[in-house]
Amino acid sequence: MNNLSYIALIPLLPLAGFVLLGLLGKKYFGKAAGIIGTLFLFISAALAFYTAYQYFSSGFNGVYQPVIAFKYTWLQFSENLSIDMGLYLDSISMMMIVVVTLISLMVHIYSLGYMKREERFSTYYAYLGLFTFSMLGLVLSSNIFQIYMFWELVGVSSYLLIGFYYDKPSAVAACKKAFIVTRFADLGFLIGILVLSYVSGSLDFNTMIQTLTQPESSTLKTAVASSFLGVSAVTWGGLLIFMGGAGKSAMFPLHIWLPDAMEGPTPVSALIHAATMVVAGVYLVARLFPIFAITTPVVLEVIGWVGAISAVIAAIIACTQTDIKRVLAYSTMSQIGFMMFALGVSKYGGEAGLGFTASMFHLFTHAMFKALLFLGAGAVIHYVHSNEMKDMGGLRKSMPITHITFLIACLAIAGFPFLSGFFSKEEILLAAYQHNAAIYWIALFTSGLTAFYMFRLYFSIFWNREHLAHSEIQTYKKSEGPFVMMLPLIILAIGAAAAGYIPFGKYVSTDGRPLESHFDLSFSILPVVLGIAGIVSAWIMYKKQNPLPDKLSSSFGALYKASYHKFYIDEIYLFITKKVIFNLIGRPAAWFDKNVVDGMVNLTGNATQWLSGRIKKFQSGKLQSYTLLYLMAAVVMAAIIIYVWK
Amino acid sequence: MSDFFLIMKQELAVTAIIFFLLIVKIAGKSKNVEWLPWIQLLLLLNFIGGFFFIQSGTLFADMYHTNGLLAFQKNILSLGVYLISLLCSDWLKKSEHLPEFFLLMCSSLLGMFLLISSGNLLMFYLSLELASIPVAAMANFDLHKKSASEGAMKLIFISAFASAVLLFGISLIYGATGTISFDSLAQVVTDNPLQILAFVFFFTAFTFKLSVVPFHLWTADVYEGAPIATTSYLSVISKGAVAFIFITVLYKVFAPLETVWYWMLVVLSVLTMLIGNLFALRQQNIKRFLAFSSIAQVGFILVAITGTGVDSMASVTYFILIYVFSNLAAFGVAAIISEKTGKENIDEYKGLYKTNPFLSWMLAIALFSLAGIPPTAGFFGKLFLLTAGSVKGNFWLILIAGLNMVISLFYYLKIVRAVFMDKNENPVEKVLVNGYAKMGLVICAAGIILAGLIGPLYDYIRELITIFF
Repeated sequence: MNNLSYIALIPLLPLAGFVLLGLLGKKYFGKAAGIIGTLFLFISAALAFYTAYQYFSSGFNGVYQPVIAFKYTWLQFSENLSIDMGLYLDSISMMMIVVVTLISLMVHIYSLGYMKREERFSTYYAYLGLFTFSMLGLVLSSNIFQIYMFWELVGVSSYLLIGFYYDKPSAVAACKKAFIVTRFADLGFLIGILVLSYVSGSLDFNTMIQTLTQPESSTLKTAVASSFLGVSAVTWGGLLIFMGGAGKSAMFPLHIWLPDAMEGPTPVSALIHAATMVVAGVYLVARLFPIFAITTPVVLEVIGWVGAISAVIAAIIACTQTDIKRVLAYSTMSQIGFMMFALGVSKYGGEAGLGFTASMFHLFTHAMFKALLFLGAGAVIHYVHSNEMKDMGGLRKSMPITHITFLIACLAIAGFPFLSGFFSKEEILLAAYQHNAAIYWIALFTSGLTAFYMFRLYFSIFWNREHLAHSEIQTYKKSEGPFVMMLPLIILAIGAAAAGYIPFGKYVSTDGRPLESHFDLSFSILPVVLGIAGIVSAWIMYKKQNPLPDKLSSSFGALYKASYHKFYIDEIYLFITKKVIFNLIGRPAAWFDKNVVDGMVNLTGNATQWLSGRIKKFQSGKLQSYTLLYLMAAVVMAAIIIYVWK
Repeated sequence: MSDFFLIMKQELAVTAIIFFLLIVKIAGKSKNVEWLPWIQLLLLLNFIGGFFFIQSGTLFADMYHTNGLLAFQKNILSLGVYLISLLCSDWLKKSEHLPEFFLLMCSSLLGMFLLISSGNLLMFYLSLELASIPVAAMANFDLHKKSASEGAMKLIFISAFASAVLLFGISLIYGATGTISFDSLAQVVTDNPLQILAFVFFFTAFTFKLSVVPFHLWTADVYEGAPIATTSYLSVISKGAVAFIFITVLYKVFAPLETVWYWMLVVLSVLTMLIGNLFALRQQNIKRFLAFSSIAQVGFILVAITGTGVDSMASVTYFILIYVFSNLAAFGVAAIISEKTGKENIDEYKGLYKTNPFLSWMLAIALFSLAGIPPTAGFFGKLFLLTAGSVKGNFWLILIAGLNMVISLFYYLKIVRAVFMDKNENPVEKVLVNGYAKMGLVICAAGIILAGLIGPLYDYIRELITIFF
């Protein structure tokens, strides 16, 4: 691998697409904008696959060393502290560019059909290009500040895409909410970056990790010794950085923006809120994993528990939602919880790093089946023009391709044996079992729930209310969708089924050395049985319309209600912001601003007006007074210096 | 011999242009306007050529010296002149005496080149005169305008007065020390009262050219009467050149008097920022407004000069470069609108965005940069200026400068608000911007944005200064 600068094209091509379509799209390209955007991304994806293939096939003695393909020093602060723009190749960034370009390409193709009738078709493709560029830049960053910039860019493009239907008030509210919540988390991220770069003296990942993981180094010793509120500086840095990651990855309690973000076009949800952007937090933790694992195990513990709690809460909420995209949103949150706690229970190096590998593996397989689920849901919504389960039913005959691919994805996410989700989830459970029993039991329970709510969704859409299939809204249409919408479903279904057979441990591990496979069938019995139990109970309750679900929900009473209302977390936030922050901080600040700050500004303004009225006299236009003042100033200055000051 | 040509190549190039213009004027029978593109091309070549074959050296018994840094500073001035020729092409085209205008401007530019390169007091004085006398004629270029004649008269009178004071100062210095060479002066200057008086008189020549308060009074009258091309030349190119030589003289020649000029600069910079801002606040005419705001900008330059060494020199050079882009863009927009519609009042700019989005954006970028709002280069320029000024620990000065930045923010943004947000029944009509002016504006805008984003630019300037200063 010698000349690697071509890798820069991978993120730059989507950017070129964005610039081209953003500037000229509407005027000159019209409907061709979609094809152009897709073409750019296709080349970018081909390059990404080629790069990843090159990287993984050239591992030296089976150990994958990070490679810096390109580096440009952008701002140099001191000898060690600089902001660079670089391309950092290692096993996880290679995996990520494959995921991002593949899913993005699928979404590009799918949108050719799905968004066909939109007026702002070219704008949509421009935004998609911007997002893909930002995401690729994020995963390829070699410097923590670079990651932060792309992190914000990703946030902006997500904001634009959620609010794409900007004439819908709910979409506008949702994009604002997503932006504000993640912004709040990013504040933590930024402070974390400053803390870590201060204690390590560098913003570069390699140097930072090196200085912060040498227990003998004096830098680390001072960093550990300096503490705030009894917690060392490095730990604070790690915690704050994780806060940024948790915001973007919708971890409890910063998850409230994700379900609302489903207001965006459905392919966007597949791209951003299922497969790529929301896993950026996981990626960030993985990127700095050596620091977390070696220097600040406490933070890793926190990460594990936040992940586990998010996983189970989201799964419970998902069981009661009726909007199919919201079910998928909570399921995403739950699965990202799995990835997070897998990182949390992992250690650094060797076989103890199983959780890390498992987390990345799950990220990879999850991207496939979750994107597939969203695109399938998109096809269903496209067909029935509703997000609500009550408007759907018996669709399996009219939408055969969607039905089969959706079923494959449901089985994969439920961990059904020999589909991709099975392998990655087993690995996560094994890692949890080895290192933290409490999390293991929570995870086991959650994976049973996952099977249940996914099949609740599946049966409600494709079976259940069969009479709806013959009602007038659904009969006049023949086709379930154009070819461009079906093709991505089929490709992703193959991925969702087969991705599990990649020997992931060989390629991705904490220290670049291959991991031995820990596959143990007897260990899998319990999760698989629980999964099947979940599927069967969903089958009993939702295959045909029956009174069982209602009875059950009324017998659970309070729990059902709490879950239906998402455990009132949104209301808690509203209470805190509206009642507490507004009244205790906002009002006094407004008063201060109005009376003191404005008062001072007005005073300055009035004083300035008065003063300039006074000195106006000097500007008389009379040459003789100009010269007089000139000479006087010179003489007075000299006199003061000579007689007074000296 | 070939060294001679290389060392003086920038001066020789300008001289060649002057001769070319003379020939055009004498021999040219066709309409003068047709020469404009060729003159612009020559000015562009003069700018580009400045980057090649740079040779350091001294000539004429140390009267003249040059090096990479001085060449770079001269290039900034050449760039400014080229931009003026683009931006004011509408006005220039209408003029019957187009070659003369360039003749005068190039003569003045030649004077500034020699001024920057001067190595003793005599050379300094002569080049200063060469730089300023043609400007008086340029100020009076709109012959039919009474205010132009008045401004030019005032300029020539007060220049003569300033020269007299300067010469007096020089003769006192020579009398006290027996030398006029910069290098040997640095060895013998002391702070006895005679030399302080001489130095203060000498110092006023700079403050006059930079229109530092209270030596600024001529500025408003001259700026208002003169055509915009002259005004922008005076406020950008002339000030830039004088600021460059000012630092050199203070740091290298009068270093022994540092305590004296340090406090003079502190007091004058505070006065300049404050009074420049106060006057700018009240202005209704955009030309007068830009004139006073440029006085305030000089105050910030003085703050940086109170610092020391490489940092001050680098920040001032960098700031002047950005200032060339920002101020010329603002003047350029004003020139185009004034030339096409005759409107110069800020109130008449209300609603400009509706009719002239391109000009509005250019004006907004320029004003943002002048106000020092990130990410425009003006922000970095101000940041470096204030950082350089803070090295001696005089944080009160930095605080006052910061407050003045806030005041200036107010009046710059007032114009941006008028252009973009205020409603107007009959806004400035749609103005057709000719290609040259458009190109000039785009170059300025690109410069404003890129000079801030390209980090290595500042490092490059710093490096030049560490080598040559």
